[in-house]
Amino acid sequence: MKQSRFWAWVVFGVGAAYFLVPLIATFEFSLRMRRGYYSFDSYASVFADPKFQATFTYSAVIGLLSIIVGILIVVPAVYFVRLRMAWLRPYVEFLTLLPLIIPAIILVYGYIRLYNSSSIIPFTGSATGTDILLTFAYVTLALPYMYRAVDTGMRTIDVQTLTEAAQIAGANTPQIIARIILPNILVAVLSGAFLTFAIVIGEFTIASLLNRPAFGPYLQNIGANRAYEPAALAIISFIITWGAMSMINLLSRFAPPHFCPDGLTHGPLP
Amino acid sequence: MTTLDTGTTAPAKKRALSFEWLGVAPFIVFAIMFLILPTLYLVGAAFVDEKGGLTLANFAGLGTPQIVAAYWISIRISGASAILGALIGLAIALALIRGKLPPGLRAAVMTFSGVASNFAGVPLAFAFISTLGRLGLATVILKFVFGIDIYKAGFNLLSFWGLTLTYLYFQIPLMILIIAPAIDGLKKEWSEAASTLGATPWQFWRYVGLPILWPSFLGTLSLLFANAFGAIATAYALTGSSLNIVPILLYAQIRGDALQNPGLGAALAVGMILITGFANVVYLVISARAERWLK
Repeated sequence: MKQSRFWAWVVFGVGAAYFLVPLIATFEFSLRMRRGYYSFDSYASVFADPKFQATFTYSAVIGLLSIIVGILIVVPAVYFVRLRMAWLRPYVEFLTLLPLIIPAIILVYGYIRLYNSSSIIPFTGSATGTDILLTFAYVTLALPYMYRAVDTGMRTIDVQTLTEAAQIAGANTPQIIARIILPNILVAVLSGAFLTFAIVIGEFTIASLLNRPAFGPYLQNIGANRAYEPAALAIISFIITWGAMSMINLLSRFAPPHFCPDGLTHGPLP
Repeated sequence: MTTLDTGTTAPAKKRALSFEWLGVAPFIVFAIMFLILPTLYLVGAAFVDEKGGLTLANFAGLGTPQIVAAYWISIRISGASAILGALIGLAIALALIRGKLPPGLRAAVMTFSGVASNFAGVPLAFAFISTLGRLGLATVILKFVFGIDIYKAGFNLLSFWGLTLTYLYFQIPLMILIIAPAIDGLKKEWSEAASTLGATPWQFWRYVGLPILWPSFLGTLSLLFANAFGAIATAYALTGSSLNIVPILLYAQIRGDALQNPGLGAALAVGMILITGFANVVYLVISARAERWLK
């Protein structure tokens, strides 16, 4: 038994080294901008760059819009499927798994060819149209996670009873969803929201191919042209991802006992 | 389309059902517009030649040496990072859950895995350039402290092994997150029963533990494969367009018609969908089977 614990520590130690060394190395590299001693110059340089502020704000706004659109699309669908259309569930579940099966680069390729400026719905014909398309693309990327978060949340409440009680009290369906169901699954919805944000904020492929001034393409551009700023940006991105995941962990403490936040983080990456 | 379906399935309840369909309709319209139509459009485009006629020439065009090489490198990198990621992830998860490590450690590793599995794309490439690039910290320390020059020894971050090593940074955590519940499903009574019957720990794992974990392991392996196969941002930021893998080739095609044939581009995309789709179907089928042990 003692031996098994020894080997467990060895495996854990090697794994920890693999995961921590790149973080330490990146942090160390990001401090090396000024010759001879460590400084935070590269971070100052990043934060002072107007393009950093502009692209980060742009991606944050698109991220927020994606979260709102995602909630508006997913919550009513999950609610009605749970309430009265159980036969639809396997189809809905299959659809929400599709973004894991079809890589993002394929989806955006399809969008560009399907919604070009000479098509019936010319999303890519104008900047605003492309922004809308990018938002929908991000809703698609986050769909598997948003759906699972909302579905897990609704599993822990009694949708049927809540709905009947609200109907007896005279509420109509939009009121039931907005004022009864949504507050009850708020923790789950917020978890989905933070995960969406973590996926979207540094997304490169779709934003780059749609030619939008987002944070991901900015990161790539800095990586190709600067030495120390990329390291600083990697650390900043890691902190943002960490922040989003910590919020999900924190939220799960307020959730009902059957809620499992681990379910949210399963799945491939953009 | 969808409202017609209700009409046929439940005509009597049509009025009562309309509100439900109104709620589900945005989801269905969204899925058709942004998931199904774009994919079907590409599949269709792969069968059309430049003059608009029906053709199979685009798929024949996938046989050119450059494209075959791209698929082969992509499959090897995805395969290597999936197999190594699955094995190492399994080892770490087993060490954490069955190795009697302090319980607080498990929560910390799970949280970190959630972060690391989502820390992909461009910043991950930056981190590995800072670590194992020519001037990276690990490279420099190995050279000046231990006297090992990894670049002289043939290592290059912008190569097959460099990319595989980088992909492991999100593959291993993903494996840990997915396999941990399966390991939890190995009941304590089973190993106790085995040792009561005189089995050594090795025999327990050989005849009980690993056979039960096997479906979960295989399923997650195919998921990791698909995950790496579709990834582009990390590889692009790491190598620019110097590494000839399928997503980067497709990226160049979308950007500037690098293959000079839109139909061939669509065929390239369909090839990718078939490979990631197959890997994911394997995952779904196997994980459905694996679940019966986890109740």
